[in-house]
Order: sequence, then structure tokens, then C-alpha cells
Amino acid sequence: MEEKLSFEYAPAPESRAIVSIKPKYGHFIGGKFVSGNKHFPTINPATEEVLSQIALAGKADVDAAVKAARKAYTTTWSKMSGKERGKYLFRIARIMQERSREFAVLETLDNGKPIRESRDVDVPLAAAHFFYHAGWADKLEYAGLGTVPKAHGVAGQIIPWNFPLLMLAWKIAPALAAGNTVVLKPAETTSLTALLFAEVCQQAELPAGVVNIVTGDGSTGALIVNHPGIDKIAFTGSTDVGKLIARAVAPTKKSVTLELGGKAANIVFEDAAIDEAVEGIVNGIFFNQGHVCCAGSRLILQESVADEVLDKLKNRMAKIRVGDPMDKNTDLGAINSKEQLLKIRELTAAGDSEGAERWSAPCDLPGKGFWFAPTIFTGVTQAHRIAREEIFGPVLSVLTFRTPQEAIDKANNTPFGLSAGIWSEKGSKVLWATQQLRAGVIWANTFNKFDPTSPFGGYKESGWGREGGRHGLTAYLKGVSHE
Amino acid sequence: MSYYGLVDGTEASLKKYLASLSGVDQVGADARAAMLATRSIKAASKRWAIDTAISMVDLTTLEGADTPGKVQALCSKAVRPDPTDSTVPSVGAVCVYNDMVGIARAHLDLIGGEHVGVAAVSTAFPSGRASMAVKIQDTQDAVDAGASEIDMVIDRGAFLSGRYIEVFDEIVKIREVCGDKAHLKVIFETGELVTYDNVRKASFLAMAAGADFIKTSTGKVAPAATAPVVLVMLEAVRDFYAMTKVQIGVKPAGGIRNTKDAIKQLVLVNETAGPEWLKPSLFRIGASALLNDLLMQRMKMDDGYYASPQYVTID
Repeated sequence: MEEKLSFEYAPAPESRAIVSIKPKYGHFIGGKFVSGNKHFPTINPATEEVLSQIALAGKADVDAAVKAARKAYTTTWSKMSGKERGKYLFRIARIMQERSREFAVLETLDNGKPIRESRDVDVPLAAAHFFYHAGWADKLEYAGLGTVPKAHGVAGQIIPWNFPLLMLAWKIAPALAAGNTVVLKPAETTSLTALLFAEVCQQAELPAGVVNIVTGDGSTGALIVNHPGIDKIAFTGSTDVGKLIARAVAPTKKSVTLELGGKAANIVFEDAAIDEAVEGIVNGIFFNQGHVCCAGSRLILQESVADEVLDKLKNRMAKIRVGDPMDKNTDLGAINSKEQLLKIRELTAAGDSEGAERWSAPCDLPGKGFWFAPTIFTGVTQAHRIAREEIFGPVLSVLTFRTPQEAIDKANNTPFGLSAGIWSEKGSKVLWATQQLRAGVIWANTFNKFDPTSPFGGYKESGWGREGGRHGLTAYLKGVSHE
Repeated sequence: MSYYGLVDGTEASLKKYLASLSGVDQVGADARAAMLATRSIKAASKRWAIDTAISMVDLTTLEGADTPGKVQALCSKAVRPDPTDSTVPSVGAVCVYNDMVGIARAHLDLIGGEHVGVAAVSTAFPSGRASMAVKIQDTQDAVDAGASEIDMVIDRGAFLSGRYIEVFDEIVKIREVCGDKAHLKVIFETGELVTYDNVRKASFLAMAAGADFIKTSTGKVAPAATAPVVLVMLEAVRDFYAMTKVQIGVKPAGGIRNTKDAIKQLVLVNETAGPEWLKPSLFRIGASALLNDLLMQRMKMDDGYYASPQYVTID
């Protein structure tokens, strides 16, 4: 037979027939969908197609949502036993699983992430968060958090666009399990799965007002943060906005948790399993287009293996499949917005002008939509902007070190402290390094692994408090110190 | 023998060479193989993969009950897997015990299958438990009978007790017996080596000793050609090529029974060693039942429906 040496994968697109997107959406307040006044478009970042019109919540909408949440808290949710609350959470989790394909397709259309990731990571993990916290609802008295732990009341929650449904689950599941009611605002560019989740709340017959979803931009977020009827604020997003929120709530009685930016070090020692380390580097920075607060965006590489690792990394990066997020074989999808793409371009241009060496994987980028090829910068030093600022895109800065202590010093030399990675086959070195690193999450010989049982959160400017696990529950209970 | 300048034949140099290899993280290797298993291969790419997989099959019968009649039937199937469709390629080789080599070669030549190889399992297959003299004679018999490929087993006992130099020397000696008449495939029996570190070590050892192919298993021990094991071996041939500019082939054998499994193997090759390895001279699949499933899937792609299994020949 004729020997053809290339194995081109034919397009394998997931069907979008399973989702029905309305031309216009309102808010979800008091168990009902209510229409909004002003609207703005939400687009598919892979095609720039307008998917729908999203309502921009103003003061009246936020007031109504807070009022509905307060009423639900006072009359229903705070009087219900933990066991009964748990039943609702289990029901929501099961419905999310049943409708998982719908959630995955909608998430990919609205966010631009590959269907493989929304299908295999975002949606299953979101359901897992509800299952996990459903189990806590009737066991709070036994969690070692005091004999009668009490909810705050109404929680205001503001989530980012990188993992829209998953961040919703991280926020709503523990809040409800602990007995709070919520007003949640999804990110401006990715509201659709939150609105689908509102349908799930109806389907699960969750009492009206326990979950309220208002859509909008930063102005809506500010209304939530400053609302006097809210007892607790939970925010995931940029450090700049996190600082604004911290200032705004400082003179109030509001409790607050913040999950902010990062510039994680991924340290590869010379005794690492090199092929798996290369996989881990790729997962660390190219997972979800690098739109990950805990992304391993600084590769800190031992000089003795630097050439070998970089050769293998480039070889591996050349195999990353960039393109249509709906194709089941796509590894790297679209950048979420034009604004984010411009930010990535600005910071990478700074990398060029400051003398770092850019290398991008050879790949054809689609003509429409927002795209950025997987890129690494070598010859980066601590003084470069691309070593200090969060790029939040598929861009890796590579630094080198000579001794283990130097690796730790470089890793910790950042105002952030969300996550870190260590690659070594030597256990004693791994344990030593984990003790030295100032980061909330440290992965050894893996990266970007998430589980609802594991607390997640940052040191320094990467945030306050923890989400997930028993630690995460404390954020939604009164008078419990944050561990 | 040059050993590509990697080893000078002494135990010290072999130990130094093997110690220079990085380890394999099992969790990471498993995760990478599982991710590649999610690739969705459709339409024209699936059709290409099926034909490519057929041309890579080492159609195998390794039974105590093998007879000349059984082997001749296998040879007919190897040359024309689907007698009703001449566009179906021949398989790569037939794989038999050493006493069947002459019968297989003669029958293949008789029916126009000169291009199909005969692979003989050798060196006291499958256990490898015999003296060196017996192993050499076993191989010599197969080469004399016309085998174009020798599938030898390594001495797993020696490997697991750290006597790597013995394993190395055996491969070197068998390679000499093969001369320029036969390609040498070295079987590790990865189900007995167990760890991926061992698989990587065995791969580099065998390549430096002169293997043309590295092969997972005899087919007599489970687990056999699991995806992560094949991944580790494909990484090894890729890295060995970077060091020496010599391309070594890979042959998974055992447990690959259907088209889906075979396509997953081709995806592993494509995204690990690279598309340069996607040809029968560098990738083979040791199998028996697989061929008929490939043929059924091929017919399904042409006709749009699954035919009764009676439309493919049982041997």
C-alpha cells in the first residue's frame, strides 16, 4: 500500500443541537426568571458569533435579588435541617450529571475552552463539588468547627470567566451546605451556564430565593459588594479587583474571602521524570488556554537539564492541537475575549522588548475569533515583567537555577502565592521544597489537579481564605476562624 | 559491534548508561496515555488508520496445536485478508514457532506472498529459560529455515535480579546470529517487568544491544500491551533517535483485539514518536483476532452497516 506518513485527524465536532440558547436573558430572582432592562451581547470567542443578549443588573435588580435571598434565608433555608438541605444539593448534583453534555457544550460555546476540557474536567468537577458539599450539610456539628455552627445569612458571590460553571459550584455548593442563601454574579463574558444552572435549581425545586443569579459587569459586582443586605462576600478574580473589594468591605461587618491571581513557579529538578515533567509543564500552562489563576506560568528549570527539557517541551508543544473548541480533538481553544487577547499581546510584547527570547508552536490559527499560539519565553530573569505579572494566557516564562535553594528563592520572589509545582523523583527533596515554598497549593510530580475535598487558596496577594474541603466550609460559617 | 558508541560492552559502561536514564512517573504516564485514548478518529482518518493497522499486523499463531494446515491457512489470510476485496493490504508478517517457519515461507511464496515476512519466536519462547547454546541454536534454526524476523525474549530473571549485562550479551549474540538475514525484535514481557522504570530501562538496553524492534509481550502473560507501556517504549525510541539518528521499531503484542484498540495505538505513535513511525517497518501489532475486527470495520465504512461475521474468513 501507499505509505502516507501523516495521520490527519478528520474533524470530530461535538454537536451543539443539545443546547437551546434564547435570544435574550433576564435575571433569576426569587425562583423566577425576570426580565432585565439594559442588555449586552455575549459572544462565542472562537467565532465572534453573538450567542445571546445578557441583562445588565442595576441597583433595583440587585436589591430585589438580595431581598429574595434574605426572605428565603429567614423563612425557609435557615429553618431547614441540614439533612433536608443536603437532599437539595444531591438533587442538583445529579441533575448536573444528567445534563452534563448540555453544560459542556454551552460552556465551550460561551467560553472558548475545548469541549474535551469542559466535558472531562469542568462539568464533572462542578457536579463533584455539589456531591461533596451535600454530604457536609447534615454533619456541620461534627466538623470540629464548634458545636452549633451558624450560617452568615446572605452571601454575595462574584465569579470569573475562566471556569464559569466550576467557579459557580465552588461558591454555591459550600454556601448552601452551610445554610446560607446566595446572590451570584457570573462574569460578563460567560453568563450562559450560570443561567442554565438557574434552570437546574428550578428543576430541583430548590426553594425560591435560595439561589439568585444576576448578570452584569463590574458595576453590578460593585452593587453586590457594597450592598448593606449582604453578610458575606466571596470573590474570585484579579488581585486588583480583590484589593478594591477588601477596601470596600473593611469598614463593614461583612465577612470576605478572596481567591485572586497567581504567578506560580513550576520547579523541575534534574532528577525529575523528564517526560512526565514535560507533560506537567504543558498541563500547567496550556490547560484552559492558561486562563487559570494557579497556572504554572513560571518554569524554573535546573540548568543541568534545561536544554533537554526545552527540546522536549518544544517537541511536545508542536503537537498541541489548537483550533475549534467544539472539536473533540482540540487541546487549546480560543482566548476568552478581545480584551484578554490584547492584554496577552501587550505583556508578550514587553517580553520581546525586555530581551527574552520568544518561541511559539507552529500552528494555523483560525481567521475569526481570538487566538494565541502556545508560546514560551526563554532567557527570562526575575526583573522581566513577564516573570512578575500574571499574563493569564498560554504563555510560559522560563527561568533557570543552579541549586535547590536558588529555585526556592526565585519561586518565592513574587507578591503572589497561589500555587507551585515540584518535579523530582527524590522524595526528601520534594518534602523539603514543599516546606520552603510560600504557596497555598503545592503539587508534586503533577499539576492543575483539583478535588472538592482539597482546600484551595493563596498566600500573600493571591487571596484570603480557602475554598473546598473542610477548610472551605469555615468561610460560610459565622465565628469560625479561617485556618 | 559499535553499540552506537553508547556502551563499550563492559558491565561498568552498561550500568553507567542505564543510570543516566531519567525515571518514569507512573501516574503521569498513565494520565498521558488516558488522555490520548480520548482522541476521536473519524471518517477518512479512520479509514486510513484501518488500512495502516492491517498492514502492521503480525498475524500470529503460537499454539501447541499448530499444524502445517493451520499455518498455511494463516498465510493465505495474511496475503489476502479479504479475498473479496483486493484493495485490502497484506499484513506485515506472520508470526509462528520456529518449526513452522519453513512451511510458512514456502506457502507464502507459493501464493504470491513474497512481500509478507515470516517472524519466528525464539530463545526458548515464551519463558526464555534455557541455556545460551540452546537459544542460539533455536535462532539459527529459524534463520536457516527462512525467517526474516526473529522475535526473541529477554531473560526476565536476569533483568529483575540486576544482571543487565547478561541480558545485554544475549541480545548481542542473537543479533549476530540474525546477521543481515533477519530483523531482531526483542520481547520484554512487560507484564513481568511490571514497572515503567523497568520498561524504559529494558528499552534502552535492548536498543543499545542492537535490537531493530522492541516488543512488549509474548501474548502469554497479562497485562500485555497496555497503552502506558507502549507510550513509554515510544518515548524511548524517540529519545534514542535523538541520540543516535537510528529509528528503532515498536511492536505491541497481546490484548489488542479490536479496531478501537488498534487506532488508539496509532494515535499513541502519532503523538509520541511521531508520524515518521507510522509504517510497518517501524510499527507492528502482534495480534490474531484483531485482523477480523479491522476487516469488519472496513466493510462497515464502505457499506454503511455491520455485516454478519460470516462475511469474514475465520482463518
